[in-house]
Amino acid sequence: MSTSVEPAVKKEHPMEKILRMDRIPHIWCPTCGLGTVVTALATALDESEIDLNKVAIVSGIGCTGRVAGYMKLDSFHTTHGRAIPFAFGMHVARPDLKTIVFSGDGDLVSIGGNHLIHTARRNADLMVICVNNFIYAMTGGQVAPTTPITAKSSTSPFGNFEHPFNLPLLAASSGAVYVARWTALHIRRLTKAFKEALNKRGFSFVEVIAPCSTLYARRNKLGTGLDLMKFYHDNCVIKHGCDLKEVDIDYQSKIIVGKFVDIEKPTYIDCLNKGYKQVFGDKYKPYGGGDGNNGN
Amino acid sequence: MKFWRTPLDIDQLKIPKGDVHILEERCKGCGFCVEYCPKGVLKLSDKFNSKGYHPPVVIKPGECVNCDLCEMICPDFAIFCLRVEEVNKEVASES
Amino acid sequence: MKAKPENVLTGSHYLDGNHASAEGAIAAGCRFFGGYPITPSTEIAERISQRFPRIGGIFVQMEDELASMAAILGASNGGVKSMSCTSGPGFSLMMENFGLGIMMETPCVLVNVQRGGPSTGLPTLPGQADMMQARWGSHGDYEVIALAPDSPQESFELTIHAFNLSEKYRMPVLIMTDECVGHMTEKVVIPSADEIDLVERKYTDKKPGEAWPYEWNGKSIPPMLPVGKGYKFHITGLTHDEKGYPVINAEAQEKNVRQLIDKVKKNADDIIWLEEWDTDGADIIVMSYGISSRVARPAIAKARADGIKIGQIRMITVWPFPEKRIRELAGKVKAMVMVELNHGQVYLEMDRCAAGQCVTAVVGHSGGTVHKPDDIYKVIKDVVK
Ligand SMILES: Cc1ncc(C[n+]2csc(CCOP(=O)(O)OP(=O)(O)O)c2C)c(N)n1
Ligand code: SF4
Ligand code: SF4
Ligand code: SF4
Ligand SMILES: [Mg+2]
Repeated sequence: MSTSVEPAVKKEHPMEKILRMDRIPHIWCPTCGLGTVVTALATALDESEIDLNKVAIVSGIGCTGRVAGYMKLDSFHTTHGRAIPFAFGMHVARPDLKTIVFSGDGDLVSIGGNHLIHTARRNADLMVICVNNFIYAMTGGQVAPTTPITAKSSTSPFGNFEHPFNLPLLAASSGAVYVARWTALHIRRLTKAFKEALNKRGFSFVEVIAPCSTLYARRNKLGTGLDLMKFYHDNCVIKHGCDLKEVDIDYQSKIIVGKFVDIEKPTYIDCLNKGYKQVFGDKYKPYGGGDGNNGN
Repeated sequence: MKFWRTPLDIDQLKIPKGDVHILEERCKGCGFCVEYCPKGVLKLSDKFNSKGYHPPVVIKPGECVNCDLCEMICPDFAIFCLRVEEVNKEVASES
Repeated sequence: MKAKPENVLTGSHYLDGNHASAEGAIAAGCRFFGGYPITPSTEIAERISQRFPRIGGIFVQMEDELASMAAILGASNGGVKSMSCTSGPGFSLMMENFGLGIMMETPCVLVNVQRGGPSTGLPTLPGQADMMQARWGSHGDYEVIALAPDSPQESFELTIHAFNLSEKYRMPVLIMTDECVGHMTEKVVIPSADEIDLVERKYTDKKPGEAWPYEWNGKSIPPMLPVGKGYKFHITGLTHDEKGYPVINAEAQEKNVRQLIDKVKKNADDIIWLEEWDTDGADIIVMSYGISSRVARPAIAKARADGIKIGQIRMITVWPFPEKRIRELAGKVKAMVMVELNHGQVYLEMDRCAAGQCVTAVVGHSGGTVHKPDDIYKVIKDVVK
């Protein structure tokens, strides 16, 4: 049998064309799952053959918020919680681009929760990736609105006793047309979900459960990120299209994953155009946004 | 590669074969690739990279099926696999 | 560049300051407006929502002012001239991402139609008590540009000017008007499009791969990079280098903050716009801005009738503060009096610049209405004693 044949192609990581290699290695800890989620997005972008010049990525603040800085795309690292409204402005100004929001659970559903529900309500054509590590990682592991009951954090040292959010339920009931949840372990399904979300017109929301090894795992004595990946392996149940009231996450128990919502609904801009067309008739020039020139 | 019966199209079948590349200096020794390689191709080595992590080594070079799982699951963009072409004949003769 | 005829409602109109400001924005080419209703600024949003659908703009009533400010930055980075308006409580919320706009060096215009504060204060009545918030309201060290119109006509003109300054200096620009000017209806003459000069955004002429978003050279304002054209650039609210990449150390901080400050300070002469009457040879100068400068006029006239050699300065730009001119004049006059609808905010700057060379005084006011000219007159008489 043959030993490895030298491939004709240059030996660079296939994702180097989508990553900012001058900024790698990234800041994330060993066994943190964030890099895996980035690879899934990079792969999805690559495989969907979308024009990378026409993709913008917006992040808020947090460990996850650093993603925008590592993607070789037009990228915007904004303020804590405001990635979605910033991205919304970008999208409305430039509907010709696909605008992606990539941020953390605290960023998107705590401080930015209002923006999440309203932008989903409008069904703006944005793709939102929410990495749920059950914690505020960047600031040292404080309790989040996603922390499961009894899980410990630096500000819930005796355990969290507040009800956490059920993110797919929140996104779907606010109006998202595509809602899925996967973990960093479900790398192929996650990539597929990203591809579907990229192609979806309207507000898509993908929750990605990912290990925060340094803070969540350690504080709760759950081992390393690898142990969390093994936990996902043993405890995830795939239930496509299931009743979203069932997808709550309890501490160290079953996690329901899958594609929960995939429906068609006119987008924010579709609705404006339709409404104004009815009012103004043929005089109305459908809004298509700017072309990068002022005063379009 | 073993088959429970010889496929009819064995002469056309290509079992993909991969060549794993490890960017040792980028690796943070998380072990994801080792754990999830379906073919047990990898193992964490005893050696240290300059950051003090143990990067993986290939222990079964012929077994890699170029499934890219290591590449996709690696959080540090430190491992990737390239397809090695023209191995179908050998696969056929081995079966 | 000149304004586009289809954007300009050429002619004579009766408009209040808020409507005039909306027309100024449209004439300047603004095509994205994200805002949240708040008295006494709402008429700007209402007029924009009425006008935009027919001219290819998008008005969005956002979920709050945090989102409004973030959205106009997103839209501006998308290449579309963008604007919001608000008043006191909303201005407080906008301070968060106003800082992001400063840090990202993103052009946009924000109008604060000031009402009485603190907190919910006097929703329907005037104030000028957000002036220091305009100067320092977002955290960190930076310079701002703030304009203060004194009439609907000027609300129209200064809104265009604000867009021009924001593009020229690549930063958010504030219009610090007030309830009186916002709601006062006067004749507004909108010139023809070819009489309106616009500053258009300067984009890099370098090719993708060769250009960075912040090519600071200490002299000119670095051009922006357009989205969607393959530049694949990064910008962040973190301290960053020329590439827009975060760099977390004191050296990078010095370079970054220095740029934000220097671009305004070094161009202060270009940015500052004052109107002066009878300041040469004056013994007393009355300074003010916005509505207060109009209210001061009868008091000044009365003092002049008494034989007092009195001049007036109206600050059209309040920030950056006209330091040089005030220092110069303070050495020549006996007293300087600030008239403003607060208890001495911009006065502090005037007093600092006078640096003991002359007497200074403020005619303070808690807001809710304008000064009585007599109160101003009394202070003038006091300082000449
Ligand atoms: C207005 C504001 N409040 C607080 C912070 C501090 N802060 C930074 S990141 C963060 C939490 C991030 O949590 P999450 O979004 O879950 O991201 P992770 O780090 O877990 O990926 C907080 C509270 C901030 N930057 N800005
Ligand atoms: S603190 Fe947690 S989320 Fe942040 S990089 Fe480390 S492991 Fe990842
Ligand atoms: S490509 Fe697949 S088989 Fe080959 S080393 Fe990676 S995980 Fe193992
Ligand atoms: S997955 Fe990547 S970082 Fe982790 S051990 Fe393998 S090569 Fe190293
Ligand atoms: Mg988190």
